[in-house]
Order: sequence, then C-alpha cells, then structure tokens
Amino acid sequence: MNIIEAKSIHKQFANHKALKNVSIDVPEGKIFGLLGPNGAGKTTLIRIVNQITAPDIGELMFKGRALTPDDVLNIGYLPEERGLYKKMKVGEQAIYLARLKGLSRNDAVSKLKFWFEKFEIEPWWNKKVQELSKGMQQKVQFIVTILHEPELLIFDEPFSGFDPINTKLLKNEILTLKEKGTSIIFSTHNMGSVEEICDEIALINQSEKILDGKVEDIKAKFSSNSYECNYIGDYNKIQQVVESDFEIIKHIQNHNTHYLKVSLTDKQKDNALLAKMMNEVTISSFNQVVPTMDDIFIKVVNEDSVKEI
Amino acid sequence: MKKILTIINREYSTRVRKKSFLLMSIIGPILFAAMMIVPTWMSQMDDTEEKIIAVADSSHLFLNAFPETNYLKFEYLPDADLNKYKGEFNESPYYAVLYISQVITYSPNAVHLYSDKSPSLSVRMHISNAIEKKLERDKLKAYNIDENVLNAVKTSISIRSVKLTKSGEENENNFTLNMIIGYLVGFMIYFTIFFSGAQVMRGVIEEKTSRIIEIIISSVKPFQLMMGKILGVGLVSLTQFAIWGVLTMVLYTAVAPMIMPDVAQMGKEMQVENLLDAGSTLQPQQPINDKLESEVTMMLASVGNINFGVIIFSFLFFFFGGFFLYGAMFAAIGSAVDAEADTQQFMIPVTIPLVLSMVVMFQTVQNPESQMSFWFSIIPFTSPIVMMARIPFGVPIEEIFLSAFLLIITFILFTWLAGKVYRTGILMYGKKTSWKEMWKWIRYKN
Repeated sequence: MNIIEAKSIHKQFANHKALKNVSIDVPEGKIFGLLGPNGAGKTTLIRIVNQITAPDIGELMFKGRALTPDDVLNIGYLPEERGLYKKMKVGEQAIYLARLKGLSRNDAVSKLKFWFEKFEIEPWWNKKVQELSKGMQQKVQFIVTILHEPELLIFDEPFSGFDPINTKLLKNEILTLKEKGTSIIFSTHNMGSVEEICDEIALINQSEKILDGKVEDIKAKFSSNSYECNYIGDYNKIQQVVESDFEIIKHIQNHNTHYLKVSLTDKQKDNALLAKMMNEVTISSFNQVVPTMDDIFIKVVNEDSVKEI
Repeated sequence: MKKILTIINREYSTRVRKKSFLLMSIIGPILFAAMMIVPTWMSQMDDTEEKIIAVADSSHLFLNAFPETNYLKFEYLPDADLNKYKGEFNESPYYAVLYISQVITYSPNAVHLYSDKSPSLSVRMHISNAIEKKLERDKLKAYNIDENVLNAVKTSISIRSVKLTKSGEENENNFTLNMIIGYLVGFMIYFTIFFSGAQVMRGVIEEKTSRIIEIIISSVKPFQLMMGKILGVGLVSLTQFAIWGVLTMVLYTAVAPMIMPDVAQMGKEMQVENLLDAGSTLQPQQPINDKLESEVTMMLASVGNINFGVIIFSFLFFFFGGFFLYGAMFAAIGSAVDAEADTQQFMIPVTIPLVLSMVVMFQTVQNPESQMSFWFSIIPFTSPIVMMARIPFGVPIEEIFLSAFLLIITFILFTWLAGKVYRTGILMYGKKTSWKEMWKWIRYKN
C-alpha cells in the first residue's frame, strides 16, 4: 500500500509554476527519495504533503483516503530551512514542539529523556539553544521530528550541516526507523546518500516529474551495457581479437598496465569478450559499467533541460 | 484549540519570566506613584529654604507691603540705588533683588527681579500678587470704594456637575477626576497597543529569522500560531496592568500618608462617608462635603460615584478589541519582512491612526461630547483609545454598543486579512515585500 499518493498536483505562484501535473506514490515502509536540482519544486511538493500550502489542482491521499488536517500529527517533518528559538532552553523547547504534535507533557518528557540519552546529549537539556553549535541544534531538531513516532517522516536535506560521524549516526537511525515500519520521504540533491538508503525515487526538474521508480530498475534501465577491464599485456594483440567483434570506446596505457572500455550490443555476451581476452593478456579486473545515480541525475536533467530549450 | 493553548502558554510564560518584565512590573508603579506624589512633595520642598529678597522700591509705595511666609522674607532697602546692589549682589545675603520703578502705577513692566538663580514660580507669584493687591487697593481708594464693599461683592463659584441617569438616579461626578481617569485609561491602551504590538511583531520576525517557523507550521495552522501569539502577548500586558494596579495602590496608600497627611486624611473621611452612603443609593445624594471646599476633596468625594465596574469592563473590552486589531496588523507586518529594520514602510499606516487617537484623546478629555470625540470613538481604528477616554464621563449605552460592534467586525476582518498575509509572508525570504505583493498574498486561495 502507498502511504502517500499525490495525484496530478499543480501549484502556481505569482510569477512561476512551481509544480506541473506531478504525481507520486510513496510506498509504505520504504525510503522514498525525492530528487531534483535546486528550485525544481521539491520543497513545494513537501509543503503540500505537510498541508502548509494547498495545491491549486490535484488531490492527496494518505493511506488510501483523502488527506485530512489531523494527519499532520502522523507526519514528522524536518524542513531544509530549520531553526529553533534561540533564547529558549533546549529541553523546554523540545517539550513545546512535541506538545504541538499532540504528545502530552509526560509522554514528551519520557520520550525526550530516552533520545537525549541515546544521542548522549543530556547535558544540553537546560542550555539555551544559542549556546549550541549548528550540528548540535540539528541533532535536537532530528529528535523533535521523530519523537511522536509518526507513520510518515519527511526529511528535507537532513544531512546538511552534519559532520561525517553524525551523518553516519543519523543515517543509521533513519534505517532503523525504516526497519520498524516507518515510511520515509527523503528529499535531497546529494546522490551518494540516495544510492545508500533509498528504495524508490522520483526525480523532479523544472516543476515536472521526469523519472520515477525503484532504484535498481532505474539503474538497470540506464546501464549502458559497456564493460571496463584492466589488464597487463600487449594492446595490439587485444586490438586484433576484440575489434573484430566489439567496439572499443576507450583505451589508456600506463607503463604496461592498460585500461580498456568496451561496448557490447544487446546480443553479445560479456563472457565471450572475457574469453577472447583471457587468451592474450593477464586480466586484473573486469566489470560492467553501472551508472551512478549522480550520472543518471545529470544525464536526465540535462536532456530534460535541452528539451525545454 | 489545545494547540492554541499550548502556544499561548509558551508566549506568555517565556515573556513573564523575562527580567525585563519583572523590571517593568516594579518600576511601573514606582513611576506612577512618583507621578502622583512627587509634584506635591516637590512643591513642599521648595519652600523650606529661607530666602531673603531685597526690595529696592523707587516708587516708595510698597514699604512693608509684602506679606512674609515662613521661608520667604523681605528686606526693604533704604535707597533705591539698583546699580549698587547689583554690583554687590554676590557678597550680599540676598536671594534676589526686587526693583520697582517709579512708573509702576501705569506700567505693568516696571518690576524686575534680579537674582543669580531662577526664582521659582511660587516666589514670583507671591510678589506679583502682593503688588497687584496693593495697587488694586490704592486704586480703589482713589475711586472712593470701600474695600469691604468689594469683598462682599466678590463671589466664588465652583460647579459640581450631577449626572442624571435614565433611572432617575443622580450621580455627582467630578470633571477633573473623570478627565484624569479618561486620560489614564486612554493612554494605557495607546501605550500597550504600541508596546505589545511591537512585541508581537518582533516575535514573528524572530520565528522567521530563526527558521523555526516551518517546523511549527507543520504542526499547527499559521492562523493558530498568529492568534496564539497575539493572545499570549495580550495576557502578558493584562498581567502587567494587574501588577501595576495592585502595587500602585499599595505604594500610594503606604507612602501618601507620610508625605501628604492632610490629603490622605481627607480621602479617608470621604471613603467612610461614601461607604455609609452606599447603603442608600436611591436617596438623593446629600451634599456631604460642604465643609470641605477644596477641589481635591471634591474629587475624592466623587471617587465613590465612579462606576469602576463599567470602566474596568469596557477597558478590558476595548483593550482586547484594539489590541487584536492592531496586533494582527503588527503580526502581518512582522511576517512580511526579514528584519525589524525593514518594517518602516509598513509601520506608517498603522502608526498614524494610533497617534491620531492620542491627539483626539487630548481634546476628548476636555470635551467628551464634541462631534470629533463622538466620531473618533465610533470609528474602529481610533475607538479603543478615544471611547475609553470618554467612558468615565458616561457614554450612552447605544453608542458604546455601536462602537463595540464596529470594532468586533473590523478586527475579525483585519485578523482574517492579516492571517492571509501572515500565512504567505512567513515562508518568504530574501525578497523585499511591497504593498502590491501583500495584496497578492491576500488574494491567494491557500
């Protein structure tokens, strides 16, 4: 089942169209990556899901029924632009934000105690927010976002401002949450983290969805059916045996080690290529060239932009 | 609703716990009490230093004509050589030299007072009174009018106004006292709307610049947040009023008897008499204070006749009405800017009606029934201040209801409009907002 279904969403601001006929399905219990360049309309879409703004046209379903105002209690949202009251104490502020999400004071306190211990930040409880570093504030914000144990979590660029150690800590928390059954929307333009944690993605560019699906399907779709090989030996021999049947895209020689990139047609088998080469040279590595999400992102966005022009 | 209460609670408790709130709570009543007590005290202080004034009288009319007080003495100089006394002034024991020229009888500018200090108003009044009186007496003599006859002709009238209510009761009220109360409540509303309005605005800007806003509005509707903030800040002001009221009363009753024993005594007598009187309100009011003629005692006498219930109730209504109306506008302004420095262009249209109310109020406390007072106490933007200034004098109930009704309609309309501006404004960053832009925000569907 899908936790969120957005159907044909349109949103127009004064001078520009923020979303054009965007439909997405966010599956339950999965991590859904919402990708796109800056200004593509990701944040607008997220704000619509959070009911901060309403779409001009289109409807939103939450677990198969129309989204209602009370559903915000079942959503946790960590916005990209996030902050806290600077002059308020950390603990008090966390309780306040938790109560706005419908928790009672006692529930909020006991849950906060648990998370503050887990993140080893109890000493901050009575500190004012302005005394904390930006990374520390981010940790508090993260706790506040997930505290009321919502069914849907929305993270907009959650790792910005974190050092690698805390990024890892957070990533693990997010994966743990997913294991517990929480559905997660993860908005970013950092493709590295997408490959690590996302199950499905949707790519938005210039207010339109241009790509969506499971991460492995998309990768398979964009794989170029080319292979790269490192070997020690004579290039001329290789050239003779390979060029008769296959297309060599690239060759680099460094002393007597060589790098070779070969493109195969649909009917050709990688084993056939390997067999031919094995007779001539010593192969140190051989693998299929798989595009990174970064490559796909750039490729798709560029193609889409060209089309626009 | 529960969420609004949570928001009100935060807005209220964070402000009440601030040091500045505590400071204002303590300093406020001291200032108020000082405003009431210090002038009286000062006027008494002034006279305790003995002053000797040398009289150089060229007209030779005023020998021993100046009555002496405990602290003000006169020495009549044998000759009127002014230049000599002026030259020796620094070595002389005199506070001032009074020079009266020969032409005094027909030239009012013939009197000069030389001193190295600035003689107080009371000293100057004392001297001019004495001279006027002496000249008057001399002139009367010249016309052959007996002074006793003149005194018998003199009549002093002080008007005591009695309000006839529709039910046939008579309420004696004192214009000066009503003026003071009207001025005080009007000013309090003015001050609080400005002060608390600015707090609302600053609160909104803080939420915007600290970027907590998006976290909050993913839990509550922007309108709830705005209303919670306005209500919370309003309650803070109300708390402040209550503290001020209580502390001022305590301070005044504690300090006043020490400094002004007579007035306090009179006040007590009047209170007792009013208490006795209160049991029989249906009877026509007896002139209870014939024996005490001064304005102050008359004022104190009519304190009991002021309907504090009506004043307090309408104060609460017009305070909240006015504060909601302006608070919503201040919140909308706060949402449209990135920093307090950018608020200027939007502040002017909000400030003008407030300042105008203040200007009209000065007229109103002197003439509460005038056309201007009437209209400005009906128009919603000025009514909270101007109507409050009129209420101590007694305003027909239908006028109050009309004014209240219009105020409610207007604040609902403006809160709704402000909510629309606010909702969009809080998520806008970096762009300088124009009026045109704000109008667009109002017309957005969602």
